[in-house]
Amino acid sequence: MPSPSLTVNGRTVPLDGVPAHTTALDWLRESGLVGAKEGCAEGECGACSVLVARPGTTTPTRWTALNACLVPVLALDGQEVVTAEGLGTPDDLHPVQHEMAVRGGSQCGYCTPGFVCSMAAEFYRPDRAPGEPTPEHGANGFDLHALSGNLCRCTGYRPIRDAAYALAAPDADDALAGRQTRPAPAATPTDVPGFARPADLPAALALLAEHPDAVVVAGSTDHGVEVNLRGLRARQVVAIDRLPELHGVSVTDEVVEIGAAVTLSEVAARLDGAVPLLDLLLPQFASVLIRNGATLGGNLGTGSPIGDAAPVLLALDASLVLVSAAGEREVALADYFTGYRRSVRTAGELIRAVRIPQPQPGLVGFTKIAKRRFDDISSVAVAVGVDVVDGEVTRATIGLGGVAATPIRARATEEALVGARWPDVAAAADVLAGEGTPLDDHRASAAYRRAMLRQSLLKIAAAEVPA
Amino acid sequence: MSALSERPLGAVVGAAVPHEAAALHVTGRALYTDDLVGRTKGVLHAWPVQVLAAHARVTAVRTDAATDVPGVVRVLTAADVPGVNDAGVKHDEPLFPDEVMFFGHAVAWVLGETLEAARLGAVAVEVDVEELPAVVTVRDAVAAESFQGGQPTLLRGPDVEEALAGSAHVFSGEFEFAGQEHFYLETHCALAQVDEDGQVFVQSSTQHPTETQEIVAHVLGLASSEVTVQCLRMGGGFGGKEMQPHGLAAIAALGARLTGRPVRLRLNRAQDITMTGKRHGFLAQWRVGFDDDGRLTALDATLTSDGGWSLDLSEPVLARALCHIDNAYWIPAVRVNGRIARTNKTSQTAFRGFGGPQGMLVIEDVLGRCAPTLGFTAEELRRRNFYAAGQDTPYGQPVRHADRLATAWQQVLDSSDFSARTASVEAFNASSAHVKRGLAITPVKFGISFNFTAFNQGGALVHVYKDGSVLITHGGTEMGQGLHTKMLQVAATALGVPLSRVRLAPTRTDKVPNTSATAASSGADLNGGAVKNACEQILGRLAQVAAEELHVPAADVRFVDGRVRGLDADGPSLPWEDVVRLAYFSRVQLWAAGFYRTEGLHWDSAAMRGEPFKYFAYGVAAAEVEVDGFTGAYRVRRVDIVHDVGDSLSPLVDLGQVEGGFVQGVGWLTLEDLRWDERTGKITTSSASTYKLPSFSEMPEDFRVSLLDAAHEDGAVYGAKAVGEPPLMLAFSVREALRQAAAAFGPAGTSVDLASPATPEAVFWAVEAARAAEGAHVRDGGSAPPQPQGPPIRPESERVLGQA
Repeated sequence: MPSPSLTVNGRTVPLDGVPAHTTALDWLRESGLVGAKEGCAEGECGACSVLVARPGTTTPTRWTALNACLVPVLALDGQEVVTAEGLGTPDDLHPVQHEMAVRGGSQCGYCTPGFVCSMAAEFYRPDRAPGEPTPEHGANGFDLHALSGNLCRCTGYRPIRDAAYALAAPDADDALAGRQTRPAPAATPTDVPGFARPADLPAALALLAEHPDAVVVAGSTDHGVEVNLRGLRARQVVAIDRLPELHGVSVTDEVVEIGAAVTLSEVAARLDGAVPLLDLLLPQFASVLIRNGATLGGNLGTGSPIGDAAPVLLALDASLVLVSAAGEREVALADYFTGYRRSVRTAGELIRAVRIPQPQPGLVGFTKIAKRRFDDISSVAVAVGVDVVDGEVTRATIGLGGVAATPIRARATEEALVGARWPDVAAAADVLAGEGTPLDDHRASAAYRRAMLRQSLLKIAAAEVPA
Repeated sequence: MSALSERPLGAVVGAAVPHEAAALHVTGRALYTDDLVGRTKGVLHAWPVQVLAAHARVTAVRTDAATDVPGVVRVLTAADVPGVNDAGVKHDEPLFPDEVMFFGHAVAWVLGETLEAARLGAVAVEVDVEELPAVVTVRDAVAAESFQGGQPTLLRGPDVEEALAGSAHVFSGEFEFAGQEHFYLETHCALAQVDEDGQVFVQSSTQHPTETQEIVAHVLGLASSEVTVQCLRMGGGFGGKEMQPHGLAAIAALGARLTGRPVRLRLNRAQDITMTGKRHGFLAQWRVGFDDDGRLTALDATLTSDGGWSLDLSEPVLARALCHIDNAYWIPAVRVNGRIARTNKTSQTAFRGFGGPQGMLVIEDVLGRCAPTLGFTAEELRRRNFYAAGQDTPYGQPVRHADRLATAWQQVLDSSDFSARTASVEAFNASSAHVKRGLAITPVKFGISFNFTAFNQGGALVHVYKDGSVLITHGGTEMGQGLHTKMLQVAATALGVPLSRVRLAPTRTDKVPNTSATAASSGADLNGGAVKNACEQILGRLAQVAAEELHVPAADVRFVDGRVRGLDADGPSLPWEDVVRLAYFSRVQLWAAGFYRTEGLHWDSAAMRGEPFKYFAYGVAAAEVEVDGFTGAYRVRRVDIVHDVGDSLSPLVDLGQVEGGFVQGVGWLTLEDLRWDERTGKITTSSASTYKLPSFSEMPEDFRVSLLDAAHEDGAVYGAKAVGEPPLMLAFSVREALRQAAAAFGPAGTSVDLASPATPEAVFWAVEAARAAEGAHVRDGGSAPPQPQGPPIRPESERVLGQA
């Protein structure tokens, strides 16, 4: 296996001897590229955003913005990265840099290189096309959500929005736009002390069998936080995000299957509306910077009670395909979680895919209670799926997050709903308010969480009236 | 028009230019302190040993295990301090404490060859402590009578008790509101090196290089002349780097002195939030009187600020809170007491507005709560109480240009189409059961200058080189506010050269000494005056040289856009560069040190009387919000602002300050929810994932900002007003709009009590209270708030302290 390396701003640099826990951000800064900054070290502020050449859905390559603070640099072995320094120079500004500079898009400038990279990713989005402006889309087709993972403490954002909305299409001879028309770098198998990227699923499972305490990472959006904030130094990290066996997306009359390592950004694009409840969830799931790396497998694999995927998948009655060297098994998501950040998944087992049975509920709703509309963690998440026949609820599935040690099904409420006249759900909403065991914490009081359980069902019912 | 404020022909000030470093920012080439580490050989990294107890006595610190960790070079403890073991100037904040005063207090620092080694070394340091009882909340502090510092009283007019007794309406209430984490994107950072002969050079992310220099010197036992501090630029400051960087710089400098190697100390986000001070939260208790026309008759209030474990800047912050409790309103009889709670928390400090926002929030909350009870719209109640010409503040300063308040108010009413939109909000609310809107308008009056008169001085150094290029340095620091941009414009204007001819070098204490903090919005006023003064000294000399060459009187020489001529614009002229070269060969000094002091200020901090402010900055905002009655979630639909920056020095910069300040204020009042565990004293929101800043989703969907016309300020450089802090308080409009939207869920005339921050949860409870028609917790009548009898603020305590 060749020694690992990374191409940054067109120059290929060896990664010899880099510790497994070293983040791309620290490595870039130590190598002299100090444009990317550490603002939070947990993927919340985007000051470390860089562009990575990833396989695209509409073009062979797509410049994808990622939080460099979360990704182990070894996970980028064989890949191509562009930083703010690589986009342009003070004498030859990139169009994104030009608009940011002349419109007052930078004040202290510390978040700026990250904003520039996130903005450049959207600038190069192949299907970005002019259209009718909306509050969150410019007339140039720029989707403001592309910047949802970047924080600025100085400007109040208006000039940054103006810069984004002023961007034209890339010039015909734009080198980075041209790069998107050629294939993305392939995933390079990597095997150095403490970090491995196996070539395929059997190799991955063999590694896991060998290292039962290995940490499995895809986008590393959770693991990176543990490394940076809690000093986790895993003996072995196994990167599974490019395993072809974990990348399928298929839709049949019986089941929708989503590969566990498909990034959330890709899930939305590749499902193309096949799972309406996921379309309600995904725009509210963290930020684009996170969704570009995070996966359903990761969100369920961490077993967090406040991951937003679980309530939605519970409401869809989904199951997980678990695979190990011994073979595959399918577990209903409702039976998957066993306690706080614990599950039935054993050491050596991977989540290969998520299965959603068809037909899905005829009517779905999702409420995420959080302080901030973009990129926040739920205090309560409520996902509802119901079938309504002649105004009567015939089936109900409800998934809840943030109200117990695990994501849970609201079974009592489901029972109370069946037979109710939709949207008269007040009685069921009262039952829902009693589900789980909400706690007081810095995100919300227990009383508010309880109230929000009730209110969420009322709100969903008020919004969704069946045709 | 004064000589200070008059603009010459072809002035470069007033041009809308981008930030001077914008091209460096956007290309990732602008350097911040931590970016220098890779350019410095042999750097050691520092990591704190934080004790996880709110209050405890340190009985032992054992470092042997730490020094055994590979890569650990040294552990710094109190025994290593050659000078004064104190991070401040009041001797109440030991740098290496033997008593842990807040959860996460650092008692020792580990130096390592790598950050990883230092971190692991810190884990290995063993600290024995004896836990002591802790006071965490401001109410606990009040109950325990745990106070610190002076207890000023602001008194004015007829006896408050009599004035209240004679008032048609008297209300009383309480309001406890939260502070705010600065969350500058760049955390605290210092890089210290030892030069020849033990001199120390510290690069620091500091708003106050001179005080950083002084603290480093006293910790090391050196003279100020042996310590140089440089600040390249900061990734945001907002007041959080006015006092807080000093101790951190001193640790780095101490490490450098003891090891002979460069030492880098950069806090990560969790360390920054758990160890450094924030905006003060306050508890306000008040009684207020109105006459039948809704006019304020008397205000009796006691403000208790939560100072945290040491004084830091709490006294001047409190003084400014008292001096701004009037905001824009004439209150004939005033008695406002202030006191500072001592709690086992981080030592709270300067934050954009410096107590002003807290004082103003109290009166705006009072008016918002009382308006429905008095039967007025909030807009009408506020307008009726505006200052009029000839009236003065409770501390005795005439309110100059009070008419600008009414002008800006009317402009916002007009530009926001306020009355028509009020009608459409009412119509919307009448037809919408689950979603309600609110539209509110609020004013800002903010005093500009440091309360403490001595700080109102600035310095600059201007060099003209033989080739005609110009290099300026001044005492202010750049934190994103555009000060350097403005100073370049001031120098280009004063010298009559194109902007491109002038360069600016980073702020250093060996270039300009004895500077004040870049704070109190005063950076451009003070340093601009100094830059202009230096330029004028040089021009005076150059004019003599040019006069001889052009055969015109020196008084008639004009410097315009890089050319030098007489009064006749079409007459003979010389290029700037030629005049400079001639001057050099004539042995004329081509550089100058400039100085500026703000004239006409006086302040008696013990009596809380005087004219501490050069002028007032005014602004008005109207905000419309929409509240979801199911959850309390909301969005800001539209904001209209007219703000008074005088004649703007740099309109793009000023616009950015107004917008950015507004959104930061909205963050403080709505989203940013600073939480301490009241049992353990631990900050539970110590990360970006738990402490939420405004993001794109909080930006007003429709954001219209304009600068007040015809706003020349005679008393400031080139007629411009300070802009850093005042716009933050325009955010009151959002809070009041949320209050009105919540009230719309109840019967007409409902008065709503709204917590601060008004998170979705807080708004939901306000909506629930309105639905239940509970009414606000404004009591009719009521008794006097507590009357603390402590000593006033001592002037000597201010003499050594900055004020943002």
